[in-house]
Amino acid sequence: MAEHRRSLDRPSDQPDGRRGLLGRRKVLGYLIAAPTLAVGVSWLTNESDPRAADAAVPSLPQPADIFDLGDLQNLAAAPTSGLITVQLKSDGTAYFAVPRTEVGQGITTAFAMMVAEELDLPMNKVEIALADARPELLMNQLTGGSNSMRSMYLPVRTAAAVARQRLVETAATRWGVDAAKVTTRKGVLSGPSGRTATYGSLAKLAATAQTITVSAELKDPSEFSVLGKPRNRVDGHDIVTGRKQFAMDLDVPGAKPTMVARPPTINGTLKSINNLAELRALPGITDVVGITHGVAIRGETFGQCIDAIQKVDATWGPGTVDGESDATVLAKLRAAQLPMAAPSLPLLTKTIDAEFVFAFASNSPLEPDCAIADVGPDSAEIWSCLKVPIVAQEDIAKQLGLPIDAVKVHVTQGGGSFGRHLFHDVAAEAAEISQKMGKAVKLSWSRTDNFRQGRTHPMCTSRVRVNYLAGNVLTYEQRHTSVETDFGHGLGEMITAFAADIPVGGNLSFAETIFALTQSSPYNFGVTTQLLNEIPLKFNTGSMRNIYSPNVVCAEELVVDQLAAKMGQDPVRFRRNFLKDQRLLAVLNKAAEVGSWGKAMPKGTAQGVGVHSEYRAAVATLVEIDCRPETVNRPVEGEGVTGPRVTKAVIVVDPGFCINPRGLEAQMFGGLQDAIALALTSSLHIKNGIPLEGSWDNYFYTREWNSPLDVQVVIMPNTSESPSGAGELSVAPAFAAIACAYARATGTMPTYFPINHGKLSFEPLPLQPSTPQSPTDGLDHTF
Amino acid sequence: MPTHTFKLNGKQISVEAEDNVRLLWVLRDLLGVTGPKYGCALEVCKSCTSHINGKAFNPCSVQVKDIAPGDEVTTIEGLPATVGKDLHPMQEAWLKYDVAQCGYCQPGQIMAAVAKVKQAQKEGRDITDADLDELRNICRCGTYSRIREAVKAGAEDMGA
Repeated sequence: MAEHRRSLDRPSDQPDGRRGLLGRRKVLGYLIAAPTLAVGVSWLTNESDPRAADAAVPSLPQPADIFDLGDLQNLAAAPTSGLITVQLKSDGTAYFAVPRTEVGQGITTAFAMMVAEELDLPMNKVEIALADARPELLMNQLTGGSNSMRSMYLPVRTAAAVARQRLVETAATRWGVDAAKVTTRKGVLSGPSGRTATYGSLAKLAATAQTITVSAELKDPSEFSVLGKPRNRVDGHDIVTGRKQFAMDLDVPGAKPTMVARPPTINGTLKSINNLAELRALPGITDVVGITHGVAIRGETFGQCIDAIQKVDATWGPGTVDGESDATVLAKLRAAQLPMAAPSLPLLTKTIDAEFVFAFASNSPLEPDCAIADVGPDSAEIWSCLKVPIVAQEDIAKQLGLPIDAVKVHVTQGGGSFGRHLFHDVAAEAAEISQKMGKAVKLSWSRTDNFRQGRTHPMCTSRVRVNYLAGNVLTYEQRHTSVETDFGHGLGEMITAFAADIPVGGNLSFAETIFALTQSSPYNFGVTTQLLNEIPLKFNTGSMRNIYSPNVVCAEELVVDQLAAKMGQDPVRFRRNFLKDQRLLAVLNKAAEVGSWGKAMPKGTAQGVGVHSEYRAAVATLVEIDCRPETVNRPVEGEGVTGPRVTKAVIVVDPGFCINPRGLEAQMFGGLQDAIALALTSSLHIKNGIPLEGSWDNYFYTREWNSPLDVQVVIMPNTSESPSGAGELSVAPAFAAIACAYARATGTMPTYFPINHGKLSFEPLPLQPSTPQSPTDGLDHTF
Repeated sequence: MPTHTFKLNGKQISVEAEDNVRLLWVLRDLLGVTGPKYGCALEVCKSCTSHINGKAFNPCSVQVKDIAPGDEVTTIEGLPATVGKDLHPMQEAWLKYDVAQCGYCQPGQIMAAVAKVKQAQKEGRDITDADLDELRNICRCGTYSRIREAVKAGAEDMGA
């Protein structure tokens, strides 16, 4: 192995695999150095054969190689992980309230597997719920950064193992035998002379015993019978029968349907309601009040709220970005791009310069933002899907003028998130409305609200300059410039959330820290710098699945393909030569093999490949795309877009330790569909301060007709005892692979994403009323 | 307020509602039937897909006055009873292939899939990928590959 090749997750230096949460990686010593943006890397020369992998000019590790965002979150979570408890009920079930949010990523299933494994319980005896906001957990209640498995794998297993150990010792004491003679299997304890007891029968005794310190042992991975084996979702049955409950499905007494009529520009304000009496007299309407950003309407049905929105006559104040459109934002971004800083270079050095633009994108899930709020004079209760419930609780308490402990915040399961539920906008608004009406409300944003006023992945540009000479890449510089990404949720509590609000430093330095901790070029490209600048335009933004990586990696991989072409090398071979990381090399090779890289393809179709490492995982994606006119122009009934079709995808993932192959595969699928949307079809068009998109027939997220028929996920054998993050992992490499395939199929490198952004493919819904009336012709479209 | 009556999941029911209220809200807000999900109320996302007289439709876009007393409305909650089992074969297939992620779109996906398969079966043919390309139901989690597998498997178990 070349010395400068690194391993993302270093092999264990202790044979028994039982290390502390943070003892694992010795990189913690790098904590102080980690958040710096000073990536002043010196370069080394190497005179080896340029055809060999060793010939690549090595790059020194970037911050994310040593200490990434997940490590920062792990460190933040460490002091409070001890508070996680598994409870055993007298019916023999184990109950675990996860201080995380389930939004489809499958963590409840994964946590149930961990508990079942270490407690020796059947899966159906494990009950997983979502914890209410627990302020005492400080930073350990944030669902994001693909960090839940990484931060909680050891603590949850430890809690379950301790519970099992307590049961064993309880049984041993009762039976007067040595604990070493007591075994557990499927929720039953067995001792000498054939004595047995169910967990349930001892649950009370174990629980009422004085707390004692138990030195539990975790199973060795070789003993696992649950972890690492494919398991279906624990909530599958509830889902397919319609029983799974989301916020809107909850029956909270008095919480009647509520919607908001909104202004025609982002964050516009209400100046006056001009027909309040008329609105209050409408059929089914119980309450109408003015709020900061609109007119809140409460009624017997959501349908009647929508009816009332059609009638609202209001005077609106300006929003926060009224003059802005795609072109004005892009001009501001270009003006803010940080300069390249390559040192003086040898004669004959050649350069590639490229700039890529990525349009605004919506992080809205399918479930429209929804929250129930019941605010009284002295207390409040909130139900909503919140990934950072502690910050929501503290913010809402402050907004309502209540002490924090007077605000109870319940976390509901989410119908997707993709970053949207990091913020509690809808919960705060529901609280505002409930307080003003003096009644409980079930607030749902409309679909149009979600696209037009909801948070977005901001427009950004990525400029790349590469200098190369005689088969070597001497410098790689990337300047990523984005509209400000709001990290106001911090790392899960007010101390870091507040840090993102501080005027000096503030969000940009926090954003730069996130950027530095997540971005890392995987190639030996000599002097490597990847820097972020953000402009403080007040769009509603936030992290979207995989944050910066889809854009940064897409830009980098497109340039890598250009470099390969300039050097006369095949894209896969070029990557093999320059990749720093053994795990990336392994997944790339596997993808090339399974996907038959280099096979003959008809004109107008092509393969493309993309690689990425993040969250301590490695992924390679190989896709095939069809850009032939008969495919691009294939018709679709009604509103919708077709365009190039990704016809095949092979995703090879090295997840470190794979907890649940079924769940991991699902996350890889989902990331692929996101990537297809980002590369080819879905974006927001900003015009005069608001997105034009108002429905799923405007915002072209991948539909069946644009999804590939042939998708294979290959999970590599475990390379670690620790799971990597998975929820966001496959977006970036798939986006890159699709872009590269498109460039190869058409002979033109795309520079503006999605590729169809230049043409508006729908008739925008009116800006007022802010939520359009529902159709009435549903019976004409049955099938 | 007008009273409306129709058959819902096998039972004749009556409900008071203004004529123009869309059926989705009658089901969800007045009758407490929450399987059909609100995703857009624009007849676009298809997450409320249910059946009327055995055919797929979107209750978000039908006024309750347009439902006749003899109409049979079936939501995901009533689907198993249409085959006299605890689970419809399409639901079984959904579980077998572990289709769902967040689950929000899945009641609508299943109801649309059943109708699509019945449509093909009435034409005396198997369901094809071209048929599945016509499904407009959004799955924002991107489970499309498993939906395809499950629909084909469910179709086999639905018989002709």
